Amino acid sequence: MDWETLIPRIAKGVFYGVALLLAAGIVYGLTRLDYGVMVAYLDDLGRGALLTVELVAISVAVGFCIAVPTALLRASPRWWLSWPAYAYIFTFRGTPLLVQIFLVYYGLAQVDWVKDSFLWPYLREAYWCALIAFTLNTAAYTAEIFRGAIQAVPAGEIEAAKAIGMSKALMLRRVVLPRAFRICLPAYGNEIILMIKGSALASTITLLDLTGMARTVIARTYMPVEIFLAAGVIYFLLTFVFTRVFQRIEHRANRYLTAAR
Amino acid sequence: MFDLHGFGGQMALGALMTVQLALGALAVGLVLGLMGAVAKLSRDRLARAVGRGYTTIVRGIPELLVVLVIYFGSSGILTTVAGWLGHDEFVELSPYVAGIIALGLTFGAYATEVFRGAILAVPIGQIEAARAYGMGPWLTFRRIVLPQVWRIALPGLANLFLVLLKDTSLISAIGLNELLRASYIGAQSSKDAFTFYTVAALIYLAMTVVAEWGRARLEKWSRRGIARARA
Amino acid sequence: MKRLIAALAAVTVAAGLTVAAQAADKIRIGTEGAYPPFNQIDKDGKVVGFDIDIANALCAQMKAECTIVTQDWDGIIPGLLARKYDAIIASMSITDERKKAVDFTERYYSNSLRYIGKKGAGLTVEGLKGKAVGAQRGTIAALYLQDKMASTVSVKLYDTQENAYLDLASGRLDAVLGDMLVNYEWLNSDAGQGFDFFGDAFNRNDEIGIAVRKGEDDLRMKFNAAIKAIVADGTYAKINAKYFPFSIY
Repeated sequence: MDWETLIPRIAKGVFYGVALLLAAGIVYGLTRLDYGVMVAYLDDLGRGALLTVELVAISVAVGFCIAVPTALLRASPRWWLSWPAYAYIFTFRGTPLLVQIFLVYYGLAQVDWVKDSFLWPYLREAYWCALIAFTLNTAAYTAEIFRGAIQAVPAGEIEAAKAIGMSKALMLRRVVLPRAFRICLPAYGNEIILMIKGSALASTITLLDLTGMARTVIARTYMPVEIFLAAGVIYFLLTFVFTRVFQRIEHRANRYLTAAR
Repeated sequence: MFDLHGFGGQMALGALMTVQLALGALAVGLVLGLMGAVAKLSRDRLARAVGRGYTTIVRGIPELLVVLVIYFGSSGILTTVAGWLGHDEFVELSPYVAGIIALGLTFGAYATEVFRGAILAVPIGQIEAARAYGMGPWLTFRRIVLPQVWRIALPGLANLFLVLLKDTSLISAIGLNELLRASYIGAQSSKDAFTFYTVAALIYLAMTVVAEWGRARLEKWSRRGIARARA
Repeated sequence: MKRLIAALAAVTVAAGLTVAAQAADKIRIGTEGAYPPFNQIDKDGKVVGFDIDIANALCAQMKAECTIVTQDWDGIIPGLLARKYDAIIASMSITDERKKAVDFTERYYSNSLRYIGKKGAGLTVEGLKGKAVGAQRGTIAALYLQDKMASTVSVKLYDTQENAYLDLASGRLDAVLGDMLVNYEWLNSDAGQGFDFFGDAFNRNDEIGIAVRKGEDDLRMKFNAAIKAIVADGTYAKINAKYFPFSIY
């Protein structure tokens, strides 16, 4: 037997060994956990999860409204339209969300004219700061996704729209945007999942979202593994349910494409 | 322009640590991703199940939680495993190693999908041709599939690397002095949060620019010999 | 590309795979590093402060080799339990709740709780109703606010004491409840100008001890003996005088 056929077999053996060891380790770890603590604080974690969902829903919805015009500007051939949009997208995609949150929450709070402005009643609240940072962040990512989708709309369809004399606005409304949304649905779904997970960072600015709640509970119980595991399961359920729902939406939106086949 | 109150050195060290973390996690993640993709495409049912379980779970949990669970949860399991192997001492992961593993796990889960797509994108005719030449599966994988997978997967991997670069900031939560924690310490000592977080943001931006540049270079390099055929 | 991966792997392994084995005469001490003047990180990235000076004096007394590990406050007891270090010297109050998880030495200083807020704002403890009050998550101040005040005031919990101060200075918080001595330090700093104590200090029998894992009585007794020794030989008074013009023992 030559070594070229031996290697896959060895690889398989190693793989089974590692998988077995890992499984044993995890099962062993799970048997040593205190499940009573998880149940005792499920109420608190549930309330935290509600805030998580609220933060994500609002920032994704508002982010969407910002992303559409930004993407159109970004796709514009005129540099003075596309450049500011590009700078915005680049800045927010190029820096960590955690830094953005800190800048909005702690950074802006020490600038005097911000504190004297009409914005302060909002920026005073951690809730609004988190929403602002999340919204601007997700809008930047979403805009980039939309831009890609807008540019991926088949040229033939745009030419057809032009040929039947559609105005630019009408073409945008009836052809480009609806088509682009369908194209970008999978990527957009991913972005929302990233946002669900990213919202855990709200806990760093005093908000009691799911992670914040978990950390506060741990400050009492000193059982990080148990509580974080419970929180992890809840996050997992959130993303899992969302993925399923989103798959349905995607399926419906693209029904006309699959029906033809 | 920016007064760092003497914390400039710490910020520089932090930035270096961030780069180290990102590269280390990249190495771990690439290996995991490739293994995950091969497992997911395998005919072996257990391998497929492990691959699917890995990507679904890791992608469904916030990165911050992955980091914290690995840091706090690993010592217990490691010490026990060491005990089974006859080492009766305490084993733990430093924040640095825990961070690399956690980030590598996350990167690997997403990279699995990228690699899977890339492997599937290698034309089946080429694989059949390799078989016809009498190449075994390993040799086919190494000589025919893998070289092309890099090229096809590169844009996707580059995107993931940019995400990874920013995710290193989460390791600050387990006390490693990377860029964000360094700015945090500076901000608290000087009470000047705005300056420190702005500088941190600019350094991350600069890293992104460098990474983007490197990505363009790599992509060009990986396409050598291909571009002409397309034109 | 393969060579690239090999290089990356080499970097990783070389830079980090430190599997720590624990030797008998070596003690790893966990502290927070964000709690001036007791423990904070200086411009060189080193941890300094009263807790650190005490830790070093105790280790010199015990003739033990000590290393200081920093850990966020959130995870400081879990870190001890997960054996990231062997003792916590981080200005931790001895409480019944914590005693369920760890063992404590005798006190190495005493503290109490007191509110601080804007000078001249006429703040009183009774008048806090409906106001925003901050504390560091997981401290006795935080537990007091959560258990006794949550129904009347808006409680905000922070990762670090310093972040609570940042929000007090920015006006997000009306008051901060915290350890008297830490508040005292902040009021004396530039950022604390314009703020002052209000209300009486309470929880006056608050004792600060060193936490060790349950059942590690050897280490605990060694620490107890060392604390007694440095108080007796004047080392303690010298360290005390570096930070406070009055005795805090």
